[in-house]
Amino acid sequence: MVAMTRNDKNPNAVEVRGLVKHYGETKALDGVDLDVREGTVLGVLGPNGAGKTTLVRCLSTLIVPDAGTAFVAGFDVVRQPRQLRRTIGLTGQYASVDEKLSGWENLYMIGRLLDLSRKGARLRADELLERFSLTDAAKKAVMNYSGGMRRRLDLAASMIGSPAVLYLDEPTTGLDPRTRNEVWDEVQRMVAEGATVLLTTQYMEEAEQLASELTVIDKGRVIANGKVDELKARVGGRTLRIRPSDPADLPGMARSLAEAGLDGVAGSQAVPDEGALLVPILADEQLTAVVGLLAARGYGITDISTYLPSLDEVFLSITGQKPSAEDSVPAEKTEEVAA
Amino acid sequence: MSTVTTKPAPVAAPPAAGPVLAGEGRIGLRGNLRHIGALARRNVLQIKQDPESMFDVVFMPVIFTLLFVFVFGGAIAGKGNQGEYVNYVVPGLMAMMGMNIAMGVGTGVNDDFKKGVMDRFRSMPIARSSVLIAKIVVELGRMMVAIAILLGMGFLLGLSIKSSVLDLLLSIGLAAVFGSSLMWIFILLGLTMKTPQAVQGMAMLVLMPLQFGSSIFAPTTTMPGWLQSFTDVNPLSNLADAARALINGTPLGNSVWITLAWSVGITLVTMPLAVRKFRQKT
Repeated sequence: MVAMTRNDKNPNAVEVRGLVKHYGETKALDGVDLDVREGTVLGVLGPNGAGKTTLVRCLSTLIVPDAGTAFVAGFDVVRQPRQLRRTIGLTGQYASVDEKLSGWENLYMIGRLLDLSRKGARLRADELLERFSLTDAAKKAVMNYSGGMRRRLDLAASMIGSPAVLYLDEPTTGLDPRTRNEVWDEVQRMVAEGATVLLTTQYMEEAEQLASELTVIDKGRVIANGKVDELKARVGGRTLRIRPSDPADLPGMARSLAEAGLDGVAGSQAVPDEGALLVPILADEQLTAVVGLLAARGYGITDISTYLPSLDEVFLSITGQKPSAEDSVPAEKTEEVAA
Repeated sequence: MSTVTTKPAPVAAPPAAGPVLAGEGRIGLRGNLRHIGALARRNVLQIKQDPESMFDVVFMPVIFTLLFVFVFGGAIAGKGNQGEYVNYVVPGLMAMMGMNIAMGVGTGVNDDFKKGVMDRFRSMPIARSSVLIAKIVVELGRMMVAIAILLGMGFLLGLSIKSSVLDLLLSIGLAAVFGSSLMWIFILLGLTMKTPQAVQGMAMLVLMPLQFGSSIFAPTTTMPGWLQSFTDVNPLSNLADAARALINGTPLGNSVWITLAWSVGITLVTMPLAVRKFRQKT
């Protein structure tokens, strides 16, 4: 199904070059380049309005880009839309199943639309309902499903044709943490089975959980990309927040850590307003080392906590400024997810 | 630290620059029929889930026959002659029923587009027109139910078929042909307007003059000349006249041909526009 040369170990399943889509003055996509290698998950991280959904819609042939090229499984999004549609599965931000139909009927319908025989479509529907733990709800109308069940059905619907490339557009936005974990489990299973996934998300933690490579976009432009670990190193992975007994110790503590080379790639940062020292760390051992060093130097500590960087902080460390969209996700929300 | 490969290596041999490869990956007739079938099944299941959506089909013919036969019947055909008016108005109502049901397609299509499922259909390897054709197939089914109830009510009130069953079936067929051509207009409206309410309002604006400026309810002979020239070309008049002539066994004139000409003309103009609009919708 995937028409590409196999001599490369991981050929690109998705290849986007200079993709542009403008809506009047709004530059939804302003020259995006990215690659998704076969069998990997690329996370596309960005705030609301960064162009993530526009990107997915271009790659699903729902909209036609103004300029640039995009190939999916070797097919051109503009010139070979019909062949391309055979190779993709799409799970949007909003459940793309029919609310008035039962879960089973939805899957059966999609099977028939994908040219499965009646029997084939029946079997595939049963099989996927089973796999996504929806067998009990098979006959219920989707409008009576919970948010998590809907997303699972949506994932099942995208899997019917065993697509070469799967798009997940903010698959967990608006879900509670438990439901979000269910969806993550499913995605991880699909990835383990070799699916190629392009995942968009607003959450650093989600990208970290599911993706092997990341592309960070803002205002329709790529502002960073690389392996998740590399990017984490750049933005400091987790951050240790240390509150000394005496706020006057802050500069001394920061100096000690810097001398011992324990202040991470980005350097530690004293925040006198909070009376805290923020130390980016990459590994658990570093936490032990930091605490050990501070104890050895005789600094008193009243509180230690770690947190993942919020999207805002990722942007701050990459670009030196906050994300452009005024409605970007507030830091609290990301932290809450991380909690 | 960019890991993006900069070599311009498309994953497959890129097709040489040229026009859109329209032929490749085309879906055959069998495939199209299967897709239309699957989508029509969806529309029928939606009705099953929401039986209220059949209210118009069930009650409109009942209420309209009762209303027109007893309110206008006496005035037009003379007191006590309502029976004669039944044979006049029921074929006319057949034409009107088609139009009213066709109108519902527009709001339905508009509503559908607000749902994520349309994105799924549009990202699947199916002809995009099959979504619309399936809708029309199911609406034609609804129209048949409405006409069956209308005829049933007509028979209760004294309708008599003065020609043959074949003529009756022909009149129903003609109503279906004209009704489906109207559906394309309303689909186009449904794809163009922003909300279902706007579609409804716009549709009423088109509907009212066509319905009442016609021979559906009363003969046009008492109307002023300028209105008569309108009713003469009004496709609803022609459809009503044709159905009436077929059921009552009276001379057909050109009404059948004029109705068919309208149907073909409307379909030829609005169907490509609607399909194009559907394709371009984002």
